[in-house]
Amino acid sequence: MVAPLDRKLMRDLWRIKGQAGAIVLVIGLGVMMLVMMTGLVNTLDETRRAYYDRYRLADVFVPVTRAPERMAARLADDRRVAAHTTRIKGHALIDPGAGELPIRAQALSLPDAGTPRLNDIYLAAGRLPRTASANEIVLLAGFAEARGLSPGGALDVTMNGVRHSLRIVGLARAPEFLYTTAPGELVPDDARFAVFWMRRAALAAAFDMRGAFNEILLASERGTNPKAIIDAADRMLASHGATGAYGLADLPSNRFVTEEIRGLKSSAATVPPIFLGIAAFLLYIVVARIVQAEREQIGLLKAFGYTGTEVSAHYLKLVALIAVVGAIAGSIAGISAGHALAVFYQTYFKFPFLVFTLDPVSFVTGFAISILAATMGGLAVLRHVFALTPAVAMRPPAPPDYSRSFDLAGAFRHLLDQPSRMVLRRLSRYPGRMFGSVLGIAAGMALSASTLTVVSGFTSAVDLSFTVMNRSDMTVTFTHPVPRKALLELGRLDGVQRTEPVRIVPAILRNGTNTYRGALEGRPREPALNRIIDSNAAPLALRGGGITLAEPLADILKVRTGDILTVEIREGRRPVLHLPVTAVAQTLLGAPAFMEIGALGHALNERDRISGALLTIDSALRETLYQEIKDMPAVAGVTLKADARDALVELMNTGPGSVRYVMLLVAAIITFGIVYNAARIAFAERSRDLASLRVMGFTRAETGFVLLGELAVVTLLAIPLGIGLGYGLTWAIVEGFSTDLYQIPVVFHASNYGTAILAVVIAAAVSAALVWRNLARLDLVSALKTRE
Amino acid sequence: MQDQCQTAPPPIFSVASLSKVYGTGPAAVHALRELDLTLPAGELVVLLGPSGSGKSTLLNIIGGLDRATAGRVMFQDHDLTAMSDAQLTRYRRDHVGFVFQFYNLMPSLTAYENVELVTEIATNPMDPREALALVGLETRGHHYPSELSGGEQQRVAIARAVAKQPTVLFCDEPTGALDSTTGRAVLKVLSDVNKRLGTTVLIVTHAAATAAMADRVIHFADGDIREVVHNDTPLSATDIEW
Ligand SMILES: Nc1ncnc2c1ncn2[C@@H]1O[C@H](COP(=O)(O)OP(=O)(O)OP(=O)(O)O)[C@@H](O)[C@H]1O
Ligand SMILES: [Mg+2]
Repeated sequence: MVAPLDRKLMRDLWRIKGQAGAIVLVIGLGVMMLVMMTGLVNTLDETRRAYYDRYRLADVFVPVTRAPERMAARLADDRRVAAHTTRIKGHALIDPGAGELPIRAQALSLPDAGTPRLNDIYLAAGRLPRTASANEIVLLAGFAEARGLSPGGALDVTMNGVRHSLRIVGLARAPEFLYTTAPGELVPDDARFAVFWMRRAALAAAFDMRGAFNEILLASERGTNPKAIIDAADRMLASHGATGAYGLADLPSNRFVTEEIRGLKSSAATVPPIFLGIAAFLLYIVVARIVQAEREQIGLLKAFGYTGTEVSAHYLKLVALIAVVGAIAGSIAGISAGHALAVFYQTYFKFPFLVFTLDPVSFVTGFAISILAATMGGLAVLRHVFALTPAVAMRPPAPPDYSRSFDLAGAFRHLLDQPSRMVLRRLSRYPGRMFGSVLGIAAGMALSASTLTVVSGFTSAVDLSFTVMNRSDMTVTFTHPVPRKALLELGRLDGVQRTEPVRIVPAILRNGTNTYRGALEGRPREPALNRIIDSNAAPLALRGGGITLAEPLADILKVRTGDILTVEIREGRRPVLHLPVTAVAQTLLGAPAFMEIGALGHALNERDRISGALLTIDSALRETLYQEIKDMPAVAGVTLKADARDALVELMNTGPGSVRYVMLLVAAIITFGIVYNAARIAFAERSRDLASLRVMGFTRAETGFVLLGELAVVTLLAIPLGIGLGYGLTWAIVEGFSTDLYQIPVVFHASNYGTAILAVVIAAAVSAALVWRNLARLDLVSALKTRE
Repeated sequence: MQDQCQTAPPPIFSVASLSKVYGTGPAAVHALRELDLTLPAGELVVLLGPSGSGKSTLLNIIGGLDRATAGRVMFQDHDLTAMSDAQLTRYRRDHVGFVFQFYNLMPSLTAYENVELVTEIATNPMDPREALALVGLETRGHHYPSELSGGEQQRVAIARAVAKQPTVLFCDEPTGALDSTTGRAVLKVLSDVNKRLGTTVLIVTHAAATAAMADRVIHFADGDIREVVHNDTPLSATDIEW
């Protein structure tokens, strides 16, 4: 048999279903965010780990110019090395035909038979090249898809100056190439860089590497530090032209994926707690008011001799039930949304499979916070009600004492009609409740406003990078450093307006144990076509001799202006430089380190060399210029700014940044839920008063005014507070989204706040309309007959 | 002041110098002023007096719903004024039944369930059906308060109060909202409970005619007892003039 109190509980729940539903929605969304984001991050981490593991990705990469096969055995004769394999690696150019610029590609060897011992590939379509076949290749699936190529097709490829016609027999994915970025470019682009594999004998012939290799891959024993192996390899192979061994952490693809997952991780750590916190706060407020409305019934139960524990248990059961239903709904939604997102990222990261992993902690946290917030809200009121004697608690609908509160309405007596005075008096009588509603709505608005600001921050990032900073139209990259006169040649071309040189040298930047493998970018003293700006978006000049770091890089290296940085150049004579940090620049893309080009040349002991150029051009001559430049000797690539911009937008919309849209949607729903709740509560608390007014002959419009006027005042008060809170929240959320691939600037646009305000006002209007319908259906007789 | 109770059955309540002050300073309201009273068990007592004279206040204090400012209230040999909240709860749970002027039914529970709400926690309750039959509502058990008339709601409230077989039953203007016929029916139920179960019944009322059915009538004025009248020949509830 169900105890009468439990029956009461179920019926009360049914009676307040509108409100309860709105809270379930809000808390559910908070929990969903948490479960979804942590699930996504765990899944990506686990999937990557499993992928690397199954396809035996090496953890040390040792590139050399050329080494005889026996060197490998010597290097592998080390207790710390678990497995090794050698391979041949070469640059190739694919001719896409039809007058297009050749596409840079990397050729990799497969053993003459079978599959590689390390850095295996996942065959997505077709088959492996036949043993000892001379012209069969397996092509990277991402490139094939971007270019519409499939097994059976052929490619014209130039390797080592010789043209080959190669047959595509299979498509593959590889953990080593989750991302492919054309050399000298930042944003990955599947269509502009290719990787293909062919049998070793064929590749050895093409690159003249018979009996030798130019890369050795090592897998270290579990628990050993790859650093020691890297140092040993560098020492042992120095005479064979080792260009610097590096660990998995510095593999560009892995670094990119790690950085993206790290970005997701930090948004998962900051954003869902904010959402859940706001939801919990709302839950607290609403629960407090639901219990508050039960004050007389609490008094009655106590009058019958129910103990404080029994009464508390009853109401806590009610609120905990709402919280638990919300948490369960949120968990279920979080699992499925997390799974859907993971599938989306699976394509993005090109994982051949997915290891869906949830974070049990997120469920526990979600439930604990929901139940805690509800319980606290309930207890806060119960404690207060228990302090009253039952006689006071159940007094007939105690006419609230309006005499003790500040009489705002009285002050404007002559200006206001009776219903307006009722609205104002009620608000000033219950400042606590009003403040709760105002704060709730403000929090919802802040959430929407800050999410909107972050969303538009992505657009700002693109705008800032491609209009404020990069004012060129075209970027030219050379195959190797060329004399500066190439710049003059470019400048003489018809249609080229201005030119600016760029010199990029690979380098390792060190400050104590903090290191970063990147590059030094030589730029003119006052770059005009690609500006370097400070945190106020004012252009920075490069002072000779010093180094200017991008802010995220300064953070990684933990240096400030004035500190000395060790820079190991990885090209030419490989000098090691000690350079002072002269400035920190605001950058939105990548983590570059700049130096004045002349000073860089001096440090490298080379004269006037450039590795690329930025151009502004006459757009009418764009096509002819494009053709002309790509046919110039030593030109490796020509990128139109528009293409680079599109690639970045694409990256932001498909990568971790895409989560922002989910967040915006959730923020909007939470905001609506909060506003609707405020309206529902006001209605529930006042249905008896409203019925009395109707009975006295007030029209529905007048009665509605008394109710909705309250909502209007609360909403209006919430807006300025929401703006204030929004500013604070924005910083917290942006922090979570920025990675060292791109940073999201915080740019407050009035339009975002306008949109957030509009959203709140619309939510208020819709809630008002819904409550209005209830008002129309208000059964006067029963509303007056029983007291609730 | 006369006290006509010479045969002295053991008193159920004895109240000494009971005061209740609401508020402080110049705004203070003295609802009860050093009131003394002894009530024997098993009687039907009616409290009469003008509005604001302190009747409800007294009922609330001896019913364990409110606390006195000063003075002492003994229930049998327990001192209510010295009890903790938990002990007061225990007292209400085991001994007291309440009927309020505004019925105070739980709107979300049916008539039957409202009664059951109390029998659940009582030590020696009757069957809720039996209690409803006592007030003539055995067929309306499944109705919600909003589906009952005022008099019916009040009868449910009485059924709810008597169902636990309390030692004492407090009724604050139980007929205040009812017409004379219904009012008489409600009074009849209260007097039946008093006669049949031996429950001590205290009724606060404005209807002076009700006094005719009481064993004892207490007249209130300005926070104190003006007069206590013992009635040797109480009328049956059905016979009182309204
Ligand atoms: N919570 C309170 N705060 C202040 N004064 C109160 C409070 N409750 C009662 N009073 C005052 O105490 C006095 C006695 O009130 P009480 O309710 O006992 O009167 P009553 O005799 O029951 O009147 P009625 O017949 O109108 O119900 C009244 O003057 C009333 O105004
Ligand atoms: Mg009274």
